[in-house]
Amino acid sequence: MPGAVRTLCLAALLGALGARGTELTLELPDSAQRCFHQELESGVKFTLDYQVISGGHYDVDCYVEDPNGKTIYQETKKQYDSFSHHTEVKGVYTFCFSNEFSTFSHKIVYFDFQVGDEPPILPDMNNRVTALTQLESACVTIHEMLKAVIDSQTHYRLREAQDRSRAEELNGRVSYWSVGETLILFVVSIGQVMLLKSFFTEKRPSSGGAGT
Amino acid sequence: MKSKLIGFLMNFWISFSLALYFHTGEREEKCIIEDIPSDTLVVGNYKVQRWDIHTHGFLESAPGLGMFVTVTSPTAEVLLSKLYGPQGTFTFTSYISGEHIICFQSNSTRFAVIAGSKLRIHLDIRVGEHFLDESAIQAKDKVNEVNIRLEHLIEQIHHVTREQDYEREREEKFRKKSEETNSNILWWAIVQTLILISVGIWQIKSLRDFFISKKLV
Repeated sequence: MPGAVRTLCLAALLGALGARGTELTLELPDSAQRCFHQELESGVKFTLDYQVISGGHYDVDCYVEDPNGKTIYQETKKQYDSFSHHTEVKGVYTFCFSNEFSTFSHKIVYFDFQVGDEPPILPDMNNRVTALTQLESACVTIHEMLKAVIDSQTHYRLREAQDRSRAEELNGRVSYWSVGETLILFVVSIGQVMLLKSFFTEKRPSSGGAGT
Repeated sequence: MKSKLIGFLMNFWISFSLALYFHTGEREEKCIIEDIPSDTLVVGNYKVQRWDIHTHGFLESAPGLGMFVTVTSPTAEVLLSKLYGPQGTFTFTSYISGEHIICFQSNSTRFAVIAGSKLRIHLDIRVGEHFLDESAIQAKDKVNEVNIRLEHLIEQIHHVTREQDYEREREEKFRKKSEETNSNILWWAIVQTLILISVGIWQIKSLRDFFISKKLV
């Protein structure tokens, strides 16, 4: 029994080492840069997904550096992207999001940094063929499918947030422009009439037609 | 019992040594946004280290260094506002669906900004209870283990359902906003055309009366 507990413990530790994932949504003020660092072993695969949810033209600069300072990924003004890499060097990897090209729009950026592969829900220790193993394999299948569902949901949630942000912006613009145009209409038309009237009004007190 | 404790501690340590970290100023406040449905449990682990100019490294533990964690709900109501130590775990449950803002600010009282002084914050935030419960692995027999796995899966499915309900709410808001924009555009177009026509008529009438009075016509 203690042996089994120890093996399970070890499997759990290996599982924890195998996968780490962080997803965060942060606000990037204008002309600002936010950097994140992660310590990684060599020979590990990591994936960085990011998407701009709202703000300005919905784009952001992003770059990823390895521990030696070499830039392994750099993109400017991207709306969304997904970047995978197998690490060769052990150390601290840095990725940064920059809004420095924008002067007045702050952006909301979502990123998801996944390291390694997600551990299976059950440790794969041996292949027994008993009734209990069928339950285990059913659990594994359900877990895999649920992971895909959650990924898909996150994707749609972000897209919906982005579209809603655009729709609200459009609504605001339509309201402001309508009010502005009405004011301009009134000002211009009344101004035109007054100007024309002033052309034909004599400055001298004596009256007289402008022409015969 | 001892192996259980060691296993749990090792997981805790590993989760921090591999967590994402970022740098911030001493008195700076950094916030992250979490858009979550209602009745969702959010668990956050953090660890903060201070830069030491003497050793040019980050101290493993700085005594007296704490972190204010503030969680604001979408209606600007404060859900959680507590001072934690240099390392801690905070949890909160959302009552309303929407954007919750989690802010971190250190309680450092250094007013003078010492050159190069900064903080390193390790962060790990989990939404919904779909993380693997390490203590469940120490199950006594296979049936219990599968049972616990099934409960974990059921929890995951509940989270998916809650997210879908929230998505439905948001799509409705989105659709209403789009329809509002559409009717706004139509209404304003009609109003502006009417204004144009009436102002045009007023202009011609006014000018005609003016010219008649000036005996030009």
